[in-house]
Amino acid sequence: MVTSVHQLDDGAWVSVNDSREVNVSDLWQLARSDFCGCERADFLAEGFVEVSAAAGRVEARIAGRCIVCGEEGVTDWLELGRADPEAGEFRSVVPESVHVPDRRRRLATPE
Amino acid sequence: MPTKVEGWKSEAYGNEVREHILEFAEEGWDAIPEDEHDAWFERFKWWGLYHQRKGQESYFMMRIGTPNGVLEPGQLEVVADVADEYASGPVDNPEFGGAVCDWTTRQSIQLHWIKLEDIPDIWEELEAVGLSTQQACGDSWRNIVGCPVAGKDTEEFIDAWPVAEELNERFKGNEEYSNLPRKWKVSVTGCSEGCGQGDINDLAFEPAVKEIDGEEVKGFNVRVGGGLARKEPRFARSIDVFCTPDEVGDVAGACSALFREHGDREDRFNARIKFLVDEWGTEKFRRVLQEDFVDFELRSAGEDLRDEYTYNAGDGEHGDHVGVHEQPDGNYYVGLGVLVGRMGADDTRELARLADEYGSGEVRITQRQNLIVTDVDSDRLDAFLDEPLLEDYSPDPHPFMRGSIACTGTEYCSLSIVETKNRQVRYARWLKENVEVPAGVEDFHIHLSGCTASCAQPQIADISLRGMKTRKDGEPVEAFDIGLGGGLGENPQFADWVEMRVAADEVPGYIENLLAVYEQRRRDGESFREFIARHDEDDLNGLAEPEETSYEDPYMHNTKMTWYPYADEDDMSASPAPTNGQGDPLPSDD
Ligand code: HEM
Ligand code: SF4
Ligand SMILES: [Zn+2]
Repeated sequence: MVTSVHQLDDGAWVSVNDSREVNVSDLWQLARSDFCGCERADFLAEGFVEVSAAAGRVEARIAGRCIVCGEEGVTDWLELGRADPEAGEFRSVVPESVHVPDRRRRLATPE
Repeated sequence: MPTKVEGWKSEAYGNEVREHILEFAEEGWDAIPEDEHDAWFERFKWWGLYHQRKGQESYFMMRIGTPNGVLEPGQLEVVADVADEYASGPVDNPEFGGAVCDWTTRQSIQLHWIKLEDIPDIWEELEAVGLSTQQACGDSWRNIVGCPVAGKDTEEFIDAWPVAEELNERFKGNEEYSNLPRKWKVSVTGCSEGCGQGDINDLAFEPAVKEIDGEEVKGFNVRVGGGLARKEPRFARSIDVFCTPDEVGDVAGACSALFREHGDREDRFNARIKFLVDEWGTEKFRRVLQEDFVDFELRSAGEDLRDEYTYNAGDGEHGDHVGVHEQPDGNYYVGLGVLVGRMGADDTRELARLADEYGSGEVRITQRQNLIVTDVDSDRLDAFLDEPLLEDYSPDPHPFMRGSIACTGTEYCSLSIVETKNRQVRYARWLKENVEVPAGVEDFHIHLSGCTASCAQPQIADISLRGMKTRKDGEPVEAFDIGLGGGLGENPQFADWVEMRVAADEVPGYIENLLAVYEQRRRDGESFREFIARHDEDDLNGLAEPEETSYEDPYMHNTKMTWYPYADEDDMSASPAPTNGQGDPLPSDD
């Protein structure tokens, strides 16, 4: 099945196959990012700006702030998790572990 | 490419959604096809139903729109009954108990924990007394706001209540305007104090006078494009148009038709009219309005009354509507402080009874989350003021209690970052007990919003609080950005954000320290707002220090990660939701 993803309620959460999966207010650890000058950004997610999915891989660009240095902005593409292409079930990444944002969307087909 | 939400709206939106809700309610939660949840909940908003946040699936916030905040005789009692019967959740709130009513900053009413199955009965009870949830949320004409004492105010320039009523009649349920690119917030002000808060609305009618055919005619100037959300606050801007009270409806319709046609439907973050006004400028806005949306000659703006505005202006003169005030007819209106705008169902019912006994039965909601009992007979005023209920909802509250506003926050709201109302109650109590009120301060505005959407209007307060996070001893904790210097009045000003990421338990200490600095360094007769305005942003940074005090905060942990912040078993996995019509957990399918 095709994974259906969208941000809703002004970017408050990401829906994967009509189930609320990823929320604002989590802290994400970002490494090797251009988001701010910090070696590891401690990034508060305040709103999902763009989402995309292909082959079950769900990604988003998130608006928020690094709570170490205070830099505000929108991240590059971050993997939020994967949806099982058969059953549609979503397995989220763990925000508190370390993530590397990607400048380019790795996926061919935006949702 | 139009957004997904636009796609859903084009399939079904507006009045027709009601029939679907009634069908779903009849059959129960499972009747909503699982792969259509998102689409339907987006559409439900148009009928005032907002699906509560993660962990509270199948429960809805229900918003009742009361134009200009006016609750006619008999209506408040029904609101209390509905709250009592239908608005209790699985767990009580430790500050407020079970069933509560929230009075909102846009003069509406919010109930929580509403179950799909109960909606038809609730609508029947509300609609029997003329109350409605139609267009209370969603992309259309929202509840119309204004000066809450319109028609009862000795400082009134023009009675705006009939105008607001007419707009409500004309644009509620009106198919032509039912699917706009985004919400459409309208304010009509008739008093000379500026209580309608037109400056922060999409469309504002503000009192003005203009010479027409040699005669001075009272009416309204028009402003567009105000709003606070998303770190993009804007004041509404004049488009150089005056209209007589009779012309307001046509001009308002034309402005919202312009928004319907030209608002951005491809990017919801850019859709509010404030961004179109940014892009076009006011001259183009006026030109397009004239050429394409009205069939009469727009008048140029009249002379406004803005230099008389005192509402929320910082000098304590007319900061709110709390207190006892004489009406032009010799009766009194009594404004009662409702801390953070929340009242239990029993208290609400008792207030309805008192309004009936001592006044006309009418009650009004202010944009500061307070209530006003109008038409109190002068002979019975003292007896009314002696009523025990007024000890809790006082016409003369302590300045810190009086000025506190808070939004919904992590209790129910998806967008939230932090807990809000309970915390603000604790802040206000602590400040009252521990901090000396600077001389001359009667009313100190602290507005607390759980995120950047700014529902508590933080940018126009003495102290602005906006939900954030920080770390303390390595652990993530709830926090606030603190802003100073905001307010309305002749020269409205948004707060400067001066202290960032202050841990929530250090905010009361910051306020205490800041007020001590103010007391020490203020010039003769200088109000708090003037004192702040005298300093530039660099000086404000670090003007006072955040500090831990005896204040204790039970909500430092990440309350958004709970299913309900106040449950003993608060882990997301302990949530009973979704539930059936009796509140029993439904079997989950995974
Ligand atoms: C479930 C609860 C709520 C949610 C999800 C919610 C959502 C939002 C969002 C997303 C915005 C930003 C709007 C935008 O620019 O379009 C907003 C703004 C606003 N909301 Fe709420 N809101 C909620 C409750 C409330 C409450 C309780 C009040 C009143 C007390 C309120 C009054 C306002 C006001 C006055 C604004 C800001 C002014 C503006 O930009 O127009 N909302 N709300
Ligand atoms: S300001 Fe944010 S947290 Fe508060 S009610 Fe509005 S959307 Fe929710
Ligand atoms: Zn950083």
